Amino acid sequence: MDYGLLSSIIHAILVASTPLVFAGLGALIQERAGVLNLGIEGLMIVGALAGFATALAGYPLLMSVLAAALAGALLASIFAVLVLRLYANPVATGLALTLFGLGLAALAGSQYVGQAAPQVDTWAIPVLHHLPVIGHALFSHDPLVYLSILMAFVIWWFLKKSRAGLILRAVGENHTSAHALGFSVRGIRFLAITSGGALAAIGGSYLTLVQTPLFVEGMTAGRGWIALALVVFASWRPFRVIAGAYLFGSVTILQLHSQAFGISIPAQWLSMLPYIVTIVALVLISARGEKGLAAPGSLGKIFRVSR
Amino acid sequence: MIFVEARAVTRWYHEWIAVLIALILTVATASALLASLGLDPVSSLHRIFIRPLNSVYGVSELLAKATPLITIGVALALGFRAGVWNIGAEGQLVMGGLCGGAVALAFWGVDGFWVMPLILLGGTLGGLVWGAIPAFLKVRFNANEILVSLMLTYVAILMLSVMVHGPLRDPAGFNFPESRLFHDAATLPKLFSAGRGHLGFVFALMFAVLGTWVVKRWHLGFEMRVTGLSPTAAKFAGYSRDRTVWMALLIGGAVSGFAGVVEVTGNIGQLVPNISPSYGFTAIIVAFLARLHPLAVIPAGLLVALSYLAGEAAQLSLGIPAASTQVFQGLLLFFLLGTSLLVNYRIRFGRIG
Repeated sequence: MDYGLLSSIIHAILVASTPLVFAGLGALIQERAGVLNLGIEGLMIVGALAGFATALAGYPLLMSVLAAALAGALLASIFAVLVLRLYANPVATGLALTLFGLGLAALAGSQYVGQAAPQVDTWAIPVLHHLPVIGHALFSHDPLVYLSILMAFVIWWFLKKSRAGLILRAVGENHTSAHALGFSVRGIRFLAITSGGALAAIGGSYLTLVQTPLFVEGMTAGRGWIALALVVFASWRPFRVIAGAYLFGSVTILQLHSQAFGISIPAQWLSMLPYIVTIVALVLISARGEKGLAAPGSLGKIFRVSR
Repeated sequence: MIFVEARAVTRWYHEWIAVLIALILTVATASALLASLGLDPVSSLHRIFIRPLNSVYGVSELLAKATPLITIGVALALGFRAGVWNIGAEGQLVMGGLCGGAVALAFWGVDGFWVMPLILLGGTLGGLVWGAIPAFLKVRFNANEILVSLMLTYVAILMLSVMVHGPLRDPAGFNFPESRLFHDAATLPKLFSAGRGHLGFVFALMFAVLGTWVVKRWHLGFEMRVTGLSPTAAKFAGYSRDRTVWMALLIGGAVSGFAGVVEVTGNIGQLVPNISPSYGFTAIIVAFLARLHPLAVIPAGLLVALSYLAGEAAQLSLGIPAASTQVFQGLLLFFLLGTSLLVNYRIRFGRIG
């Protein structure tokens, strides 16, 4: 085995998976609060454009990422108002968000097509990046790769250890009870939707800032849907989102290298795998109905304040 | 303080007033967007929405685009009434196109009155199977039909891609990922001398009438409506939730599959890797625009089809990308959903109580 090749493949897998980690975590935080947002794809592409435009204007990476996050939070707040305030159907509203985001990015982004974003610096982790094979593969990345993993830790800590996280989960499990206990179901969901939207948009911005420093309309190419699948696959747990994202990323990279490995089946069969695996995972989770593995109890249900 | 209050009486026209408000808001927002791009809204809107209809060709194209939207919109309206969220009509359409197209290619060059019905049947069955999968998984394992049908959409699109890159590729096609052109007996007749409007539009109208009949007159339609409006009431009445899920997804799958095979035999004339510009997803907007009334799906489908033409016109005459038509579609759906609150509630100013 050529270790140099192995190392660069692992490196590429991390790069391919990072948008999915962010977007998956963004979907996860919303779903734990009981909100099913089918607009992740739209949030990602708007984030991709916002980050790209900021980088082209000469701002540093941090500003580009913040711009993407802000754009995502703003767009997600449209969804939040419709679903939480106007009791709009969440499934259709999410879909509208995806359509709107894709269209808006195509419209506003046409002026940026063909330009390239500046290269993002690599943050090699001291000492560790000198290690053979894994040094390049794991410890010599752009800051966003590390941030994505850090975010999973933060979200895990938030959901599992903090009081606010407990309340968020309560709202997701049973919004009627949470309301009866005096928690603001709509306020908490609003925060979950906007922060989740920001995360999804950061995931999108990774595409234009690092992965392919270009903007093309429709470039998210269904990653938003994969992110939604990922959350189910991960049975609503942050670390499993990372594991799932890397698995999905591996499939993508494996596809590109399949010829080199002497695999001659059409690439499309491999591309189907993530979707089929998700359906299987969904069936297994739903069928067993084990405690802690199942979907949040109020997921996708409309909450109305009764007086 | 602004708050909403349930209406004591809901009149039939409340729904359509809400739709009208949504349409006005959409046009207003679209105008503002165009103005922000430095374009004159009135003349731009005229150029992209009115001018494409100024010819037989334009009308014919409109009907071609409205055909799958109306066909699928009717089926989705039925399913959504029952509270079954079939988001995968796009995949069912692609599967229908693939299976029907495969039948057409298997009987390539064979003439006979039975060829076309057989092709349509093949496509319908393909869609039916693709709709049956989420139904089975929902009923048997309680797997969320939204996610399963959505995932299956991508599987279907990839399967079509495998087939046109491989087994169904035209042997004399210089390795292009396209099937050979269907022969005449496997092609639906055109409606006009210009454009791509085809017989499928007549089928679509028939579906809308049939759908209305199912909703208004069939007990099945009543059962599905009750299940959607109040699952508890449906349970007390002894209506089976499983049966409703099966019916909604089987109807949705079969009809979307039919729309797919009609699209390839009527409009495209061969199998290509990309047979639908998201008709299956856009049909969801159509169903909502029609407020889930099958007959109202006809004007709703025509209007949304116009947004596709408008996108093309915008690209040609204004130089803005055709994909921006999705801004319009997204806005329309946002406003429709937002204003639907006005049907059952009214906005009051003042103190609660």
